[in-house]
Amino acid sequence: MTVSTADDPIKLAEFEARLERGETIEPKDWMPEKYRKQLIRMMSQHAHSEIVGMLPEGNWITRAPSLRRKMVLLAKVQDEGGHGLYIYCGTETLGIDREELVEQLLTGKAKYSSIFNYPTLTWADIGVIGWLVDGAAIVNQTMLAKTSYGPYARAMIRICKEENFHKRQGYEICTVMAKGTPAQRAMVQDAVNRWWWPSLMMFGPSDGTSPNSAELLRWRVKRETNDALRQRFVNLTIPQAQAIGLTVPDPDLRYNAETENWEFGAIDWAEFQAVISGNGPCNRERMAARRKAHDDGAWVREAAEAHAAKQAARSREHAA
Amino acid sequence: MSSETQWPLWEVFTQEGDAAPHEHAGSVHAVDAEHAMQNARDVYARRGKVVSLWVVPTASITASSPGDAGPLFDPGSDKAYRHPQFYKSPRGVKIF
Repeated sequence: MTVSTADDPIKLAEFEARLERGETIEPKDWMPEKYRKQLIRMMSQHAHSEIVGMLPEGNWITRAPSLRRKMVLLAKVQDEGGHGLYIYCGTETLGIDREELVEQLLTGKAKYSSIFNYPTLTWADIGVIGWLVDGAAIVNQTMLAKTSYGPYARAMIRICKEENFHKRQGYEICTVMAKGTPAQRAMVQDAVNRWWWPSLMMFGPSDGTSPNSAELLRWRVKRETNDALRQRFVNLTIPQAQAIGLTVPDPDLRYNAETENWEFGAIDWAEFQAVISGNGPCNRERMAARRKAHDDGAWVREAAEAHAAKQAARSREHAA
Repeated sequence: MSSETQWPLWEVFTQEGDAAPHEHAGSVHAVDAEHAMQNARDVYARRGKVVSLWVVPTASITASSPGDAGPLFDPGSDKAYRHPQFYKSPRGVKIF
């Protein structure tokens, strides 16, 4: 058991008894320092992922194949920004400022989901991201809606409600392309081939090797293991792929009638490690884009403050 | 300028439909009330349901603390006579 020496053992026992009873922890409640730290790490990573996740999809807004698809993609990317803000707001209740969290992202100190370091090469990638990436996110976020920290759970409930539209629109794009010309079919199959394994990696390391899992499970931050969630995602997704005549690039995939699981082949964890340590196909590009957006937006932040100061001065004058 | 991204914090309350209560939705950073209202609209009212928004400076909220919960709320939980189930009525009589 890893317990910070600063934590009062009596309070810790009370805290764990509360979790045992299934109670929710709120911002002003006592919590072990490690619980707070783990939540800040996990929630900020999640918020950063929403924000960085806007980039691969934003890449296709100007090239969406129809006005309908463009409206949908704009709305989806705006949602992702909103989701980032919900989670930043939840993270701030743990006593850390958003400014500091953003700083950690921009300096590379904080991580974000490995999936967003892959490129969106064709329009089919937008469909596959909605279907697989958002589909995987929904499986994870549905579990997190029952997390022990109240503000995180509430943000997840809000996000899950909106995320279903993301998945549906993605699956619709894939369905249309799968029923399209041979070239469209080939394009969507190619996108599935590229995104399948990175989507499975989104659930994080396997249970035996996940550095944080045991503690997060004990404190009910996570309610299920990475492997259990990954299996649920595969079980949900394979019938969806079959329904539209697409395959996943896994020669070992087979259905186990006894366990009712779709068993899948080995994940290339070396690739996962390379991507989360900064050497994925787009890590540098993503960070450069975030920093540029932050720097280019500085004048807006300054102008808003100047405007507010002027307004405040004016209303003081009127009052005098 | 004083800060990069750390405008003051505002708590947002949304009313989802006529006759519903305003409920806490989350928070936004904004320079003033008007700006907070715009940000709250963009962040917490992107879907149709919201009909009204409140924004309140977070610093203006006084909240009870978990440590006081016992003495603060006990008087509400030990008075069974404040509940209809406390009272007996003759069998067969329709009270409501």
